[in-house]
Amino acid sequence: MSSPPNPRPLSPHLTIWRWGPGMLVSILHRVTGGAITVAGLAILGWWLAAIAGGDESYAKFAAVAGHPAGLIVLAGLTWAFWQHFFSGLRHIVLDTGAGYELKINKFWAMMTLVGSLFATALTWYVLLGVGK
Amino acid sequence: MSLGESATPLGKVEGLGSSHHGGHHWLEERFTSVALLLLSLWLIFSLIMLPVLDRAMFREWLGSAWGAVPMALFVIAAFKHGVDGLKVAVDDYVHDEGNRIATHFALDMAGIAGAAASLFALAKIAFGAA
Repeated sequence: MSSPPNPRPLSPHLTIWRWGPGMLVSILHRVTGGAITVAGLAILGWWLAAIAGGDESYAKFAAVAGHPAGLIVLAGLTWAFWQHFFSGLRHIVLDTGAGYELKINKFWAMMTLVGSLFATALTWYVLLGVGK
Repeated sequence: MSLGESATPLGKVEGLGSSHHGGHHWLEERFTSVALLLLSLWLIFSLIMLPVLDRAMFREWLGSAWGAVPMALFVIAAFKHGVDGLKVAVDDYVHDEGNRIATHFALDMAGIAGAAASLFALAKIAFGAA
């Protein structure tokens, strides 16, 4: 497979695209997906292991998660999750062949950005705002 | 194999593309994404609805089937979808076939290990052994 008979086109790289909402949301989908997979799933596993490990191991997790730097990471991952969530929802619609008209495509690309910021703020408002 | 005029559309594209079996992978990624739409919303709403966020509360919540079963499904779907997604990025940027397969293998091992460790911890909590 090292030299196919007719070279296949390479994946488009960041440098050859003009920045716009569609392009931004596309690369953000990949970046946020990578972040919630690598960092998010590591934290999920650590959280479950800490609960299973006993009070002492959970106290270590809680100290890191509750530290200002830990909270910033968790807030960042919350945004990454919501951006990937809304962008993924948009991809499922695009997979049906709908939503490729230029204006509609651009509108929903921007709405994923608005939606993720709003949902992140709402999530943390509810998590912190009810005195937890 | 030469592809003449008579080749079917499927025959013309089979074995091409960066991963060589993209159709199956593509569909699986969609299945887990739809599952995660539901399971991730369940997780966020569950955390919001818990009166406090501490170890005792999490043990009580995950000690019930209503907490433990969706959490197990979330762990499985999230690790599967995460590994599938990272593989797509690897297919795009790692052009050497040997490195590409080695990276896929490493991602599979890391994903399976992470999911197994998470499920073991969850089982321990769910069965009251924690």
